[in-house]
Amino acid sequence: MEDTPMEFGESNKDTEIAPALIAVHPTQESVAAAVGPDLRIFDLRQNSAVSLKDDSSVGSLHKDSIRVVRYGANGKLLVSAGDDKLVKVWSTESWHCITTVCSEKRVSAVAISNDGLYVCFADKFGVVWIVDLDRPDGQVHVGKKAVPLLSHYCSIITSLEFSPDGKFILSADRDFKIRATVFPKNPLDGAHEIQSFCLGHTEFVSCLAFLWTEEYPQGFVVSGSGDSTVRLWDILSGSLLDACEVGEKAGLLGSNGREAECYSAVTDLCSNPDGSLVAVALQRQVVSIGGGTFIPTSLQMCSSTGLLWMVTGVSNLRGSECPSLARVRVISGVNKSNSDSDTREHQELEDNEIPGGTSLLKNLQGSLSYGEEVFLAAAEALKTAMSNLLVKKQYSTEKRDFRKRTRNDKKIKQRK
Amino acid sequence: MLENEANPTLSKSTGLPRKRFYRARAHSNPLSDSHFPIPISPHHVDYSLHYPQFFPSPDQTDSSKKIQFADIGCGFGGLLISLATLFPETLMIGMELRDKVTEYVKERILALRTANPGQYQNVSVVRTNSMKYIPNYFEKGQLSKMFFLFPDPHFKEKNHRRRVISRFLLDEYAYVLQVGAVIYTITDVEELGEWMKTCLKEHPMFEALTSQELEADPVVKLLSSATEEGQKVARNGGQTFRAVYRRIAPSL
Repeated sequence: MEDTPMEFGESNKDTEIAPALIAVHPTQESVAAAVGPDLRIFDLRQNSAVSLKDDSSVGSLHKDSIRVVRYGANGKLLVSAGDDKLVKVWSTESWHCITTVCSEKRVSAVAISNDGLYVCFADKFGVVWIVDLDRPDGQVHVGKKAVPLLSHYCSIITSLEFSPDGKFILSADRDFKIRATVFPKNPLDGAHEIQSFCLGHTEFVSCLAFLWTEEYPQGFVVSGSGDSTVRLWDILSGSLLDACEVGEKAGLLGSNGREAECYSAVTDLCSNPDGSLVAVALQRQVVSIGGGTFIPTSLQMCSSTGLLWMVTGVSNLRGSECPSLARVRVISGVNKSNSDSDTREHQELEDNEIPGGTSLLKNLQGSLSYGEEVFLAAAEALKTAMSNLLVKKQYSTEKRDFRKRTRNDKKIKQRK
Repeated sequence: MLENEANPTLSKSTGLPRKRFYRARAHSNPLSDSHFPIPISPHHVDYSLHYPQFFPSPDQTDSSKKIQFADIGCGFGGLLISLATLFPETLMIGMELRDKVTEYVKERILALRTANPGQYQNVSVVRTNSMKYIPNYFEKGQLSKMFFLFPDPHFKEKNHRRRVISRFLLDEYAYVLQVGAVIYTITDVEELGEWMKTCLKEHPMFEALTSQELEADPVVKLLSSATEEGQKVARNGGQTFRAVYRRIAPSL
């Protein structure tokens, strides 16, 4: 915890390390993985890698780490965005870039409205922007202007989600907050009516996912956080319905003497649509299970096939022979709802059993195999990067006293 | 009076804290990470600490009485002190980011409570960054009055996002204000007065009070007369710019 100026410089670079991300088409027509600035897509219908076509003048592909990639509007669109301040919307039919939107700041989260008419993205200063997409007429638009929709006051927004009925937009931030805002009829004028704040997390909120049932079309929302809990909320009232100490459940906390620091942050979560199952990715003390180590950095469930797609990986990892790497794994049987009693139904697929097989892996991972140690190093580096980015700096009492002593008003008092 | 002699920061004649022992900076950066405790949610606000006479024990926070007035950036607390006797049954709180100033207001309230038994029990102060943590203190529709008196003008365009009234923050204020509640703003900086008025005018959940309504509201007069900043402006013969708006239900 001794932060010398030296370390400050270093920590800035540490945040450049970006986790690998995965997104799966709702009916599993394709799978997208993002590693650093690379957007890799594998078409499972054609069983081949996709080459993205971008005719815009802004430049071809992403130039810096991609921080979000997700499908939207029933799989017709794919959106990718990140540190190069570009939001790119792709058609999943032609794999052409439909729109490129320039953001003023780095982009930390995106969401596509359920009707596919709007793309929202959050920048690192807490402002959520909205841009309207044209009806899919195949025209290419460059440099569309986004307008501000809402704002969290100078906080990093970590996740954006539309409610299943499209009436609300949810935004989560590093200041422990989840905000549910009414998504207005004309969102280009801004979203001013806040439905609720979901407050209860005691660390940054990292991820959101909706659970949906027929009786409750607004849905319930689950959130994961740096406090290593997963919480269930009613967004209409903002009330906390349940909390699960997943860190403790996984048997990670309290096992070694160090407290606070060994909190494992929840990095990602996803659910199957009927809400019977939520998958959670945790950062943790490196533990080996079944001979292999796999700490997913991103998850996505495909409800139609019952597969849980996971990726672990990193880019910009310094001091390693492979600065960017990714490993994709798949678990089957996640759409069976009698999960809580018998977890054995979930089976991890061997590489050749994964849809698309080794050609998919080769495409998404870049290489078929990586050494075990690089993943351990990657997991550690990611953990540091995430806490540098999202956790508030803590100063020891002595340090705080020292900082206070140099204050001018204190000096006056001492002289008296 | 004996303990007052022991404590030189309290005035010998009135028992009130003396301002010169609470020298504070005029400004504070609202963007920096805060290191003071913040309640996790409005349920976690300990009313017994703030209003011991109304809430003798900490577990009574479920009672129906809640804070209704919030003075954002209360400074040395002049307005709160005036409001405390004008609305003796209404709980009110001042929110101030500068800890020295908060300390002063805290002492001032305690001294007033001692000097006037039974009075000033409905007023309190908290050190917090209201631009970041308003929803941690108040529930939806809890407040009936909010005050923004002589806020930091932040002239540079680069720093406009530090202004306490902005298009986005008004969304949060609208959330904690009940329909019909009133938001009071006043400044001696014309440019900021224009800015605050424009923000409120353009917001779909606020409408201006008519001049008759302004005339009838006893609080409006206090805006310039009760606060330390307001008195200073009056002393120097300066102008003030006021914008008073009501929270309305948004039209669909």
